[in-house]
Amino acid sequence: MLGGIGLYLSSPTNREKVLGLLGEHVYLAILPLLIGLAVALPLGALARRGALLRTGTVQASSVLYTVPSLALFVVMPGILGTSITSPANVVVSLAVYTTALLVRPVVDALDAVPGHVVAAAIAMGYRPARRFVAVELPLAVPVLAAGVRVASVSNISLVSVGALIGIGGLGELFTEGFQLRYPAPIVIGILLTLVLALVVDLLLVGLRRLATPWAHAGVGS
Amino acid sequence: MILVEALGWLVDPANWQGPDGLLVRLGEHLWFTVRVVLIAAVIAVPLGLWVGHSGRGGVTLVGAANAMRALPTLGLVTFLFLLSPSTPVLVTIAGLVVLAVPPILAGAYAGVQSVDGRVTDAAIGMGMTGWQRLWQAEVPGSLPLLVGGVRNAALQVVATVTVAAYVGVGGLGEPLLVGLAINEYPQVAAVALVTAVLAVAVDTVLAVVQRLVVPNGLRLAASAAGAT
Repeated sequence: MLGGIGLYLSSPTNREKVLGLLGEHVYLAILPLLIGLAVALPLGALARRGALLRTGTVQASSVLYTVPSLALFVVMPGILGTSITSPANVVVSLAVYTTALLVRPVVDALDAVPGHVVAAAIAMGYRPARRFVAVELPLAVPVLAAGVRVASVSNISLVSVGALIGIGGLGELFTEGFQLRYPAPIVIGILLTLVLALVVDLLLVGLRRLATPWAHAGVGS
Repeated sequence: MILVEALGWLVDPANWQGPDGLLVRLGEHLWFTVRVVLIAAVIAVPLGLWVGHSGRGGVTLVGAANAMRALPTLGLVTFLFLLSPSTPVLVTIAGLVVLAVPPILAGAYAGVQSVDGRVTDAAIGMGMTGWQRLWQAEVPGSLPLLVGGVRNAALQVVATVTVAAYVGVGGLGEPLLVGLAINEYPQVAAVALVTAVLAVAVDTVLAVVQRLVVPNGLRLAASAAGAT
């Protein structure tokens, strides 16, 4: 098995292809994560304006998340008017999932911001927009980060499904290995997917630490 | 308009009947889902309950479950298929079980953790043994989250059986992938719609189950707390 992997990777063409697919995988997983976060933040903030808005938004997002990924990938061209082999289908679909996954954590995270801090910010003359960006958002980071980590693992694993429509990053190693009846590319694809998920997760933990200096201030002094 | 053509494909009875009609595919799809979720539950429920009950190994369990979540099912199923090409159904089930175990494990574990510490204290005070405490206090109290985990798992399996059809085991993925291969887009969109509706239906049914399994005592306690 290990010999097969070595043999596969000994060809420069294969190495180049694997690296290219890895890059594509990162792009197809991370871009939707950023788009989804950018959409979920205002949506979650809006959802807190009333009980009806809140249940409506949270429920709509959970129904959206129910739609199978392959189904969304193949229906997207019908909605967007793109061609079936356009990467936009995967990016938009995963952005929809990310948004659906993150709306609830955003609501919970904003709920977890202590009321007295918000009241202090209002008393200090913060206007709503600036209060959201400078006070509520930073304090929401710990709860929000947990949701973003779940969404990143989910995206990285779902990108491979795109291989069935020809845009799947490392997932294309699975279809290639299956068609050639050759396990080496499949094993490489699985291992790289796991490593990628782990590395992105560690990066997110690091980002959270950087964004919440108060959480570990004084520790060790 | 492509979605109209897809609906046209759906209302044609010829596409539903016959040995590879949608009805047969739907049945195969559900049968895969049921077997996978049952096997995963047999593995994950006792393990999750036990770790939650004994309080040992929780960190390891959560870590292992998260790592399993990152495993791409398409890769796992194609890999297992190459190892054992003569048993495609078995390898598909095995690959999907790996997908279904983590959410059930997390649900069972979180369920036991969610039981009010005062309840377990009272059970100990009443002289219950470890088993009695597990069966009479922790299991009933954990049911809503446990069923929530099963619901989560079933949802992912229903969605992913479609992907596993790639190795040729039937289910709704079959007509979808065939449609893609022969560029029959209305068929692809139509089958995609059916899988989406199926997923929402399965999720709705399990949501009702999740509401029904809340023990009466907890319901009373919750309504009393809400009333005061």
